[in-house]
Amino acid sequence: MAKNDLQGALDLLILKTLSQLGSMHGYGIVMHIRRVTDEVLIVEEGSLYPALHRMEQSGWVRASWAVTEYGRKAKWYALTRAGRDQLASREKNWAQVVKGVDAVLRFA
Amino acid sequence: MALFRRILSLSRRASMEREIDAELREHMAMCIDDNMARGMSREEAERDARRRFGSPAAIRERVTAEDAALGLESLLNDVRGALRVFLRSPGFSLAVVGTLALGIGANTAIFEILNAVRLRTLPITKPGELVELRIADGNPTGIGVKNSVFTDFTMPMWQEVREHHDPLSGIFAWATGAANVGPPGQTRVANGLAVTGEFFNVLGVTPVQGRLIEPQDEGGCQVPGVVVSYPFWKSQMGGEPITPGSTIIANGQPLRVLGVTSPSFFGMVVGDRFDVAYPACTPPNVQADEFVVTVMGRLKPGWTLKQATEYFDALSPGLFQKTEPMGYSAEALKTWKAFRLAAYPAGAGVSYLRDQYNSSLEILLAITGLVLLIACANLANLMLARASGKRRELAVRIALGASRGRLLRQILLESALLAACGAMLGAALAQPLSRDLVNSLNTSQNTIQLMIAPDWRVLLFAAAAGIATCVIFAALPALRSTGEDPLTSLKSGERGVVGNREQFSLQRAMLITQIAVSMVLLVGALLFVRSYRNLLTVNPGIRENNITIGNFVFPSGNVKMDNLAQLVDSVRAIPGVENAAATTRIPLSGQDWSHVVEVGSVDGSSKFTYVSPTFFATMGIPLLGGRNFTEYDTDGKPLVLIVNQAFVRKYVHGSSPLGVQVRVRPEPMYPARTCQIVAVIPDTKYADLRADPPPQAFVPVAQLPVTAQNQGMAIFIASRDPIAAQSAVRRMLEANYPGLDMQFSDFQQGILDHLVGDRMMARLAGFFGVLAALLVIVGLHGVLSYFLAQRRGEIGIRMALGATRGRIVAATLGNSCLMLGIGLVAGTALALLAGRGASTLLFGLKPWDPLTLVGAAALLALVTVVASVVPSLRAANVNPIDSLRAE
Repeated sequence: MAKNDLQGALDLLILKTLSQLGSMHGYGIVMHIRRVTDEVLIVEEGSLYPALHRMEQSGWVRASWAVTEYGRKAKWYALTRAGRDQLASREKNWAQVVKGVDAVLRFA
Repeated sequence: MALFRRILSLSRRASMEREIDAELREHMAMCIDDNMARGMSREEAERDARRRFGSPAAIRERVTAEDAALGLESLLNDVRGALRVFLRSPGFSLAVVGTLALGIGANTAIFEILNAVRLRTLPITKPGELVELRIADGNPTGIGVKNSVFTDFTMPMWQEVREHHDPLSGIFAWATGAANVGPPGQTRVANGLAVTGEFFNVLGVTPVQGRLIEPQDEGGCQVPGVVVSYPFWKSQMGGEPITPGSTIIANGQPLRVLGVTSPSFFGMVVGDRFDVAYPACTPPNVQADEFVVTVMGRLKPGWTLKQATEYFDALSPGLFQKTEPMGYSAEALKTWKAFRLAAYPAGAGVSYLRDQYNSSLEILLAITGLVLLIACANLANLMLARASGKRRELAVRIALGASRGRLLRQILLESALLAACGAMLGAALAQPLSRDLVNSLNTSQNTIQLMIAPDWRVLLFAAAAGIATCVIFAALPALRSTGEDPLTSLKSGERGVVGNREQFSLQRAMLITQIAVSMVLLVGALLFVRSYRNLLTVNPGIRENNITIGNFVFPSGNVKMDNLAQLVDSVRAIPGVENAAATTRIPLSGQDWSHVVEVGSVDGSSKFTYVSPTFFATMGIPLLGGRNFTEYDTDGKPLVLIVNQAFVRKYVHGSSPLGVQVRVRPEPMYPARTCQIVAVIPDTKYADLRADPPPQAFVPVAQLPVTAQNQGMAIFIASRDPIAAQSAVRRMLEANYPGLDMQFSDFQQGILDHLVGDRMMARLAGFFGVLAALLVIVGLHGVLSYFLAQRRGEIGIRMALGATRGRIVAATLGNSCLMLGIGLVAGTALALLAGRGASTLLFGLKPWDPLTLVGAAALLALVTVVASVVPSLRAANVNPIDSLRAE
């Protein structure tokens, strides 16, 4: 099992969200995950922004300031090529983890 | 890339924090907007958002903490740490940076000249396409007359190849010349460039003013106009706009100025700069054996150099058949018809400097490289010593869990910063150094015009030198000091015998390398200095001092063959003039003139000079028997010769040389004739000081063939006070020979001018040799002092157990002598190997000259002993009680 899988899960959620929405700001990412999971998963701001910052420094996402549809200025994030590669490998890794955890739970 | 972005983001920490704050603020605002949209009041919405969000400051802290996790902070800390180390020991840092700057600067300076002379291409479009046509394998038998080393084409040859050049999209010919520019009385010699009409078009040179020479300008020898260089335009024409009325005065005639070339274009000769370009002309009486132009062209796309050479090779038989000169013997013509043209790359232009100084510059680059190596070895020893001073600190840090990579990074970062500073300073220092070096090669007659500017090659070179030095002086000690087992370091501490023999053996190996390398440098220094001294002291067999040369074009206005003797006589009559003579050739100036002779059944070549009867007395050459020329040896009289001993040895066997008949083979303008030897002179040096005297023959100047009287002529004036004599001669000429334009120069200065290259080698090799010896003293002294300081306790014990001071000193000296011995053997072998490359530059001694080898070895032995005695005496002076108690 890979290291930091819990943190890895957050990264995966953010990367996947950005790949689905193309480009989004932090608040939008939180809202999207909330809506899609029917409020099952609520990403906290205190975890989201450090993760976004780390991804930006690592070159996985690219950020730029732009205005939202409601007239607010926000920092919009989008995946880079390296980010898409990361997403692919993390999705695969996640599938492994789920399979592994599932196997443990089903053990009778 | 990611690392670079991270380092960048560190430098703008404050603005990044502001950005995070703004982002969080907007987040909160959006949250409030949503809450209010769901029907909350403003206060309620804000309260809910703050509750859900938590403290913005805490979140910002968590965001910036990510950087530390990425290892950024530690890099910054390492840089800060390194800077702190430098500030704490500024002497050390300055010494390292200074040494590296000087070493890298010297290397870069030499490389920069090498780059300018040999590597850099001409400032033209696509220089890689430019090719030069030359006769493959040259013209070894020397048929015809070569105007300069670059001219390989006669006018008829050029006219042939101009019509047939399939591999080339454009073709042109050019030649350098001289023009007297300026109003009468204030003329100065300008560098001329004769070009064919396509020259500028094919090269792709553009005008900044007016237009350049075009094909329609070619034609008769009436020059329609000239193109001037940018510097000439700025300095001589005040940079005034070129109009149809712009003229300059050249050779006494006003000439229209058509335009100005772009500032970067200096002509085709690297090291010279053209002033005035004019259309080349083909005179009606063209000489088919005079090589007067250089031919170049642009390769068509799709043609390779090899294919082009094949094409011109196939063209050659017909071309040389068609252009053969008249008046040569059958053998000479056979050689002529065997000539083959070939194409050579010409993108870097042509250069005298390239031929003259190539091997000198390569040797200098090797010398400076070796000096840098010695300096690096010194620095490495210094770093090792420092590192062992920090052994305990490193051991503690490793024991506390610092990774080896982390420590290595820190040490390497320190060295890399020092090396980078050194390389940058060195690159800056290289500019004045290389300019000085080029200026030292200027002579009284010639100033080198070389653009010395750092381009990417130079900067790359400096960077590579910096990295190489960093690897040598830093990487090894760093690997060594972090590779230790912390336990041993902590245990051994300061006490007792220093156990790490391995470390000392590394330092020893470096000292031996230093001794070996400086042996090579010292041998080189002694060789070049002694060679230069030999050149200065060699006796050429002719008088050198206090001789003024007056050059003029002959025949000139009112000086012709019938009154040449009269001119010489009136110069001799001037008070203060000891003697004077006329000659067609200046000895030891590189000028060369030969004819093919037959004496009995022996034939071969001999140098020929045409002189007035007073020549031998003026130059202090004694006659070894026979009679001197007299004023009666004129054209109608029997033809006479005075030859040197080398001539006699080669052509006259057995009998007395006097009265022997010498047949001179015909050449264009020089008909066949038979002369009689009337006297013999000793061997004197001919064209340069290095070569052995060749067979030489002298002919009375009055017996110059009538067809060959268009010559450069010189009057040699021997006097006690050359400056007074020169002005007296000038006054006499103005009074009696108005219109005779005579250029004066000093004979001895002219000879010294030919030795500037040797002077440069002697100075620089000598300087670097001494520097190498000094570096060895410093290195040896430093390392020994350090060794012995480390062994203080051990020496104290030894002395307490009864070792005498003498034994302690002897043991240390023995150690040094062993290193010296190994270093000398290796150094001698290296010096012998390296000497082969220098042999062509040396005069009067061989690279394996035993005296030089012994001298260098003795010098180095002295240096080693001096550097070892002081520290070993100091070590033996310790009081055993003190040193044992100190622990």
